[in-house]
Amino acid sequence: MQSASTAEAPPAAFNAAPSPVRRLLATDRRGFVFCLVVAGLALLPVAGLVSFAIGGGGRVWPSLIANVLPRAALTTATLLIGVALVAALVGIGTAFLVARCRFPGRSVFEWALLLPLAMPTYVMAYAWLDVIHPLGPLPTILRALLGIDDPRGLPLPELRSAGGAIFVIGLVLYPYVYLPVRALLLMRSAALGEAARTLGAGPLRIFFGVSLPTVWPAAALGLALVMLETLNDIGASEFLGIRTLTVAVYTTWTVRGSIEGASQIALAMLAIVVLVMALGRLARRNLPAQSGRTQRRTSERRLRPLGGSLAFGACALPILLGFGVPGSYLAGAALSRFMERGIPAGLLSAALNSVVLAGLTAAITVAAGLALAIAVRGARNPAVAPLAGVAGLGYAMPGTVLAVGLLVPVAALDNRIADLVRAMTGEAIGLVLIGSGAALLLALSLRFLTISARTLDAGLERISRSIDGAAQSLGASRRRIARDIHLPLLAPPLASAAILVFVDAMKELPATLLLRPLDFETLATSLYGEAARGTHEDGAMAALMIVLVGLAPVIALIRRR
Amino acid sequence: MTTRFIGAALLGLALATPALADGTVNIYTTREPALIQPLLDSFTADTGIAAKVVFVKEGLAQRVETEGANSPADLLSVVDYGNLIELVDRGLTQPVDSAALNEAIPANLRDPAGNWFALSMRARVIYAAKDRVTDETLTYEDLADPRFKGEVCIRSGQHPYNTSLIAAMIAKDGVDATRTWLEGVKANLARKAGGGDRDVARDILANLCDVGIGNSYYVGLMRSGAGGEEQKAWGEAIRVILPTFKDKAGTHVNISGAAVAKNAPNRDNAVKLLEYLASEKAQEIYAKANFEYPVRPGVAADPIIAALGPLTVDPLPLTDIAKHRVEASELVDAVGFDG
Repeated sequence: MQSASTAEAPPAAFNAAPSPVRRLLATDRRGFVFCLVVAGLALLPVAGLVSFAIGGGGRVWPSLIANVLPRAALTTATLLIGVALVAALVGIGTAFLVARCRFPGRSVFEWALLLPLAMPTYVMAYAWLDVIHPLGPLPTILRALLGIDDPRGLPLPELRSAGGAIFVIGLVLYPYVYLPVRALLLMRSAALGEAARTLGAGPLRIFFGVSLPTVWPAAALGLALVMLETLNDIGASEFLGIRTLTVAVYTTWTVRGSIEGASQIALAMLAIVVLVMALGRLARRNLPAQSGRTQRRTSERRLRPLGGSLAFGACALPILLGFGVPGSYLAGAALSRFMERGIPAGLLSAALNSVVLAGLTAAITVAAGLALAIAVRGARNPAVAPLAGVAGLGYAMPGTVLAVGLLVPVAALDNRIADLVRAMTGEAIGLVLIGSGAALLLALSLRFLTISARTLDAGLERISRSIDGAAQSLGASRRRIARDIHLPLLAPPLASAAILVFVDAMKELPATLLLRPLDFETLATSLYGEAARGTHEDGAMAALMIVLVGLAPVIALIRRR
Repeated sequence: MTTRFIGAALLGLALATPALADGTVNIYTTREPALIQPLLDSFTADTGIAAKVVFVKEGLAQRVETEGANSPADLLSVVDYGNLIELVDRGLTQPVDSAALNEAIPANLRDPAGNWFALSMRARVIYAAKDRVTDETLTYEDLADPRFKGEVCIRSGQHPYNTSLIAAMIAKDGVDATRTWLEGVKANLARKAGGGDRDVARDILANLCDVGIGNSYYVGLMRSGAGGEEQKAWGEAIRVILPTFKDKAGTHVNISGAAVAKNAPNRDNAVKLLEYLASEKAQEIYAKANFEYPVRPGVAADPIIAALGPLTVDPLPLTDIAKHRVEASELVDAVGFDG
């Protein structure tokens, strides 16, 4: 997380605050302790992985180094860069169009551009594979138009490739960039760009010289999430036969039965991710501080018919490819299943489980993320910011790895509790934490904490610190400042954070599969159950429900503004 | 307000912990719910014992192991012999001595000590284009024959169904011969190895390839129309050949099976469920609903499966296959089979 306290010097008003205020800040331990606790929780899965890793020798490494890792590393790098490029291009481009230009359909595009976010990557992969299979709708229509009989006569791009995976994953993840960039553009005036234009700069030069640097902090935040999500992806890459490092972790574990080896690779990957993130933070430090002034919307350019049509096409395409095509495919498959067999048993309870689980996860991560962001903002203690960074570790490792690592300490604690209760009452209560779903909730909360913390951190950044200083000089407590000043101003980023986490938790698969209690299905797990059996058409209804339930809040979020 | 709500919700979750009642049996399974649910429903209807399931695809062994002494797991149900052995090797199972089980399941399909029992079998067969491939019989080795260049479709070499087959070949012919075969198959691939077994049949229908490998029960799922009309067409496009290795000994099969968990809180119910799964009634469900080969002698396979011809199981002991699993997986990487 970006540490506000190091990013910019406190404003003058703040420095002028009377010394009791400073003392109050210096003695505020609550934030520090909270960060310490959350960081400790986030380190639990890492500790679990370490305990696995040291239990094994180096048996898996020679063959991995010789045959797998170099290629997997290259594939992973290709995928990361490709997806980041797609997400940046689509996310930043469309954000500029809808925030700065007026053209037909813009008011719909504003929220519709978020739709692909509701698609799980693995569902996108299934859907697209079916759509462009030689027997699928698209090539069949094309062949009919071209008069070709033999499916081999119409070569199509191979989706089971790095390019295919970049296409599928990039389309799902670009909203992570679109959302913060659009928000930033709505808050900042276009005055700089206007000034550049009056000085005779061309549109390209304005975009790269003025506009892009302005939105870069928001885009970087989005891209960091995009890259971590990509690194986490197992569903789509495995389905498309992409051999990434994450897939290598899986294969080592599931095919070769070596959790020890898998943990070793996972820890090595985690170290690299942490290093990259730390470097990214250093790079961000050197960015000029953003001014916190918000502006009303200014200077939208009304596009001429030709430009308007181009803008329309540029915004419609990602929605069509990322939502329209797979969504209508899913709807068609779900409808035909429904006609044949009605609603599958258990689907509604799975939907309820999904909503409750995702809702609780969103509530916990938003509350904890807010506390973290506020603690970092007011921190005088230099240890707070790094601790808050550690708290976000859960997002930096694949979901399964997090879940397996978490199993060890949670199960140990669970057994302690059970033994204690048995000693006291003679009752066998079984495993309370795992059996109640608390372990699963902890895993998901640790996993998505970063999303909410980063979103709220960015939101807090926009609140001028002189407000805090002024309130404090009037004798307001930190708690009161948080409650009466920060919270109301933070309503939009709070909603964003809650919705991003909710949608992500709805889609989450690997940790949910491993840690859920007996007889607890979510939409994602029941969909996976069908897909693993090779009957993903049977899972179409579950997939559709994930999309629909994920959509409602997304649309609500955007339309409220 | 929010914190109070979360607290209440967490408390509610904690209170919802399933009681370890007498009338239940808890199953941890790597088998897809749709495959196992009909069997469990029938068991509950017959015995009144409630069956609770958690379908864990990866990490079932890890979960049971870390859950330790208080684990609620009673029965562990997995696909693939290697996974069964892993459970036994990690000390997560307990021996069961049941006359009913010993009678129902042939000796080579259960652990002599009673730590694991096979409950169904599936054959790894060749799907060939009905109208383009004339061969009546083929061996696994034939898939590397240059005459099939650009005509072979197969799922990932790292999938357990394939690593098991490759391990069997290593056990028979050694690593070098198997490597040569894998390289030959790779050179014959019509497309990247990937997708599922059913995709092989679909791609044969689409004329993308002429031959491929798939599991026997998918043929039943496709041809029965259980997967919809579209899949029926895939199933009808292929001729199914029960292949052998070049020693002509028999077809490679894999199993699904189960073991009673070491710390099972409802051990007796777990044994009851195992006995039920080996009963004639349940074995017929395996055959009819899932199109698997029953392990119980005297229970017939589904007509669609029976029509594939008489199955001769390759007599290579399952233990020999399990020994070479890791080697097989490493060989797939070394050859770069998945591209």
